[in-house]
Amino acid sequence: MNRILAASLFGLSLATSGLAHAEPVKIGVITTLSGGGAGLGIDMRDAFTLAIKQSGNKDVELVIEDDAQKPELAVQIAEKMIQGDKVDLMTGIIWSNLAMAVVPNAVAQDVIYLSPNAGPSALAGANCNANYFNVAYQNDNFHEAMGQYANQDYKNSFILAPNYPAGKDALTGFKRFYKGSLAGEVYTQVGQTDYAAEIAQIRASGADSVYFFLPGGMGIAFMKQYAQSGVGIPVMGPSFSFDQDVLPAVGDAALGVKNSASWSPDLENEASKAFVESFKAEYNRLPSIYAAQSWDTANLILSALSKASAKDKDAFKAALKAADFKSVRGTFSFNTNQHPIQNIYVREVVKDGDVLTNKIVATAFENHKDAYAEQCGL
Amino acid sequence: MTRETTINLLLALLLLAMPLAAAGLGEPFYVTLATRVVVLALAATGLNLALGLGGLISFGHAAFFGLGGYVAGILATHAFNAEPLVAGIPGTTSMPIIWLTAVVIAGLVALPIGIISLRTTGIYFIMITLAFAQMIYYFAISWPAYGGEDGLSIYVRNAFPGINTTQPLPYFLACFTVLMATLLLFRLVEGSRFGSALQAARQNGTRLAAVGIAPFNIWLVAFVLSAMITGFAGALYADLNRFVGPSMFSWHMSGELIVLIILGGKGRLFGPVAGAMIFVCLEYVLGGITERWQFFLGLILLGIVLFARGGLLGLLSGKPRHA
Amino acid sequence: MFTALLIEQLLNGLQLGVMLFLMAAGLTLIFGVMGLINLAHGSLYMIGAFACATVAAATGSFWLGLIASLAAAAGVGALIEVAVIRRLYDRDHLDQVLATFALILILSEGARWVFGSFPLYLDIPPQLQGAVPLPGGGQYQLYRLAIIAVGIAVAAGLYLLISKTRLGMRIRAGESDREMIAALGVDISTLYTVVFALGAALAGFAGALVGALQSVQVGMGEPVLILAFVVIVIGGIGSIKGALVGAMIVGVVDTMGRFLLPSLLALTMPAAQATTIGAALASMLIYVVMALILAFRPSGLFAAQS
Repeated sequence: MNRILAASLFGLSLATSGLAHAEPVKIGVITTLSGGGAGLGIDMRDAFTLAIKQSGNKDVELVIEDDAQKPELAVQIAEKMIQGDKVDLMTGIIWSNLAMAVVPNAVAQDVIYLSPNAGPSALAGANCNANYFNVAYQNDNFHEAMGQYANQDYKNSFILAPNYPAGKDALTGFKRFYKGSLAGEVYTQVGQTDYAAEIAQIRASGADSVYFFLPGGMGIAFMKQYAQSGVGIPVMGPSFSFDQDVLPAVGDAALGVKNSASWSPDLENEASKAFVESFKAEYNRLPSIYAAQSWDTANLILSALSKASAKDKDAFKAALKAADFKSVRGTFSFNTNQHPIQNIYVREVVKDGDVLTNKIVATAFENHKDAYAEQCGL
Repeated sequence: MTRETTINLLLALLLLAMPLAAAGLGEPFYVTLATRVVVLALAATGLNLALGLGGLISFGHAAFFGLGGYVAGILATHAFNAEPLVAGIPGTTSMPIIWLTAVVIAGLVALPIGIISLRTTGIYFIMITLAFAQMIYYFAISWPAYGGEDGLSIYVRNAFPGINTTQPLPYFLACFTVLMATLLLFRLVEGSRFGSALQAARQNGTRLAAVGIAPFNIWLVAFVLSAMITGFAGALYADLNRFVGPSMFSWHMSGELIVLIILGGKGRLFGPVAGAMIFVCLEYVLGGITERWQFFLGLILLGIVLFARGGLLGLLSGKPRHA
Repeated sequence: MFTALLIEQLLNGLQLGVMLFLMAAGLTLIFGVMGLINLAHGSLYMIGAFACATVAAATGSFWLGLIASLAAAAGVGALIEVAVIRRLYDRDHLDQVLATFALILILSEGARWVFGSFPLYLDIPPQLQGAVPLPGGGQYQLYRLAIIAVGIAVAAGLYLLISKTRLGMRIRAGESDREMIAALGVDISTLYTVVFALGAALAGFAGALVGALQSVQVGMGEPVLILAFVVIVIGGIGSIKGALVGAMIVGVVDTMGRFLLPSLLALTMPAAQATTIGAALASMLIYVVMALILAFRPSGLFAAQS
């Protein structure tokens, strides 16, 4: 009944694994594999399964299910994985609102959850949990980096985001480090596809730059319309609208745009190079940041498994918290609230042959921590 | 006993026996799945009152479902944070109080919506009810106080005196009892003078008016009652998932409730129960087989509507159309 | 400067209205002639956009893509009419809602199966790139002006088609008395297929035009579908004129609400609060307008027949 991909299907040989604990571990992966947001979930899943496959660890069993980007369905699948499949660990959720639906209940049932993408502020501060590890970022982080970077060149920025919690986290994060004045602050409708009205406001506002957080199709629509509008004021954003999953759809309109992320395909370290190579070889496309974060999540789990059994929760959590793995992001460690301490880079969209991709142009923050860790009692 | 009554009894027994067996076998997830069937069936039973008996095709019942859910979520959150709601009234984790509040609020909101919407008929009624649900949906997404799009988590399932609701089986039994009581109420309403007037209004509103009964009032009462039942189901759904979010208000949810009724058999007592059983099973089984499950779900739904008129119960009871 | 902004926003409202009209015209025509509620209309919009993006990517020509969008949407429309929709005409609205809801699931996942999970690229044709100056010192995007022009042309064309041609005469006859035209020997099932394909083609055309401005991805049709229903209900179902007026109302109210509400609220409350509450109210606005109109005119502004 379940899509169980026993890792043994593609395991190479046990000899390469060098595993101390041979007890099987079951990981539940809930991610978005159908509907408009499926691209992100597919990148997440592909990187995760590839990392497990490369490790040759035959004791890892994956249970992968599609949440169709619906919170209620995600909750139902989580219940099934916890009560039915009796998974030891869970991961995979892409969207903040789905994470908010699943994570609090999962960790309350003593299941360890590792977030490969979303990082809502509500889970980073007072409601942090010993069973919750965020391997990606806290939602504010990329926006904070761009706010910091904007100080170099801009004094009057126009900022916009969708009118929902992650959107407010985004603009709060940007404003936390941005020192100039605001030419305008606009919250758009969730799922909005036409930004003519907002672009007209930008044109009239006298801004010297635009910062936007519009994930998925919203950002693609905004960039295409903005490029055609003739406004011409420089645009900045977090990586979500400029990553490998959406760049082909945005096209040349994205060229030259500065965006912030914790990783980029050109990042100079061995783990990252090896990851990009093997992902390209396996799937014949460049990995996105979602793939990178998911790859790290898988490798973090593997590193902890080599030290402790997943059944021994306390030892396993300690092993996870040590973050003793080779991250594609270079330096990576966990803060007290079990959210990352990592560098955040500023990247620029460039063309590599025919393919649009990113290259790093600056480091906005070194070993950056989120703003909520102090409220966490861990 | 007619053939349909026998089938109804069998369905009720099946719905009760499955989770009991699953609990005995140590498979608590199937108890949760059955609870989901029960709660969705309850929500659709509410709609069935307006739609099946009264012929009022509401495409906005998600509004009441969501309201019930948010009542549970908001009261529980205030109790959890020990903050008073308004004017010193505390939140609560007591299910009876939450249920009552959910039912009352859903009814109060349904009253003005009904008064305005019932001025229209046919597709206009379908669309104006949708419009009201969409208003509430967008409000829920953009209103920051209770989580916006992220929704609200209920950290510990609310409590019912004498029942350990945190365990799947007792919570299932509580929901099952509510469903059976509501189905009884549905049967009583159907057989009452009000029920006859409602069904007469569906078939011919003008004739009803001619004998001195205003169909508007009949419809309004049915609409409000229907919203109250669906609101009740919303509160149960919130506690089942221990989460509420704006997607409970979305037009997909309204559509799903209609789908449940048609799948089972419109206007039939156990139609929503049969519909919910089929739908949840399909979603679960197909979702486990392929990531293209929505494609096959669509094909199956299409097949049912084209070739099994009268829904599952129509097919089983051998009477394609419910009189 | 404010006048220029106002003109620009009015044009934006008009352009949104024109797009909605292309969607709504087909919906209202199908409802008027066949009495069918088609929830899958948004999927035909999506198919148009996918077809245009695919052909434009393969040939490098947006214009060929546009033709492909018409052909693909009309083709798929005719196909589902013959295979599915035809069996629904004598059913009640409920069965139609369920069947076309199922079609959405099938077409969305089907499109993802064929075209993949990542959004597709579709750009504005080079001839229509850039912006033109507006009176009052503003600028306006050329492509959006072209969309407005195309929309007006389609509206005029539809008017001529329905009032002047033989097909139009049959459509009008079909709207007022279905049995009669069958008795007069018109091949009614072919007429229905043609009307459905025509509505589908308009939706696909709209999808292709908008696809160049937006993200071409699965599920793109659903928000537009709901708006198009709002339009035809405001306008009066079955009335092309109503669809045109309703589309303009929705387009302008939605755009102006998003633009003006936050700044109006800012006069009475702190700016940060005004932007979020303003955005919340703006997203509810068209539904409020629709409920108000229906409360006073329960069959819309231009009810075709009682």
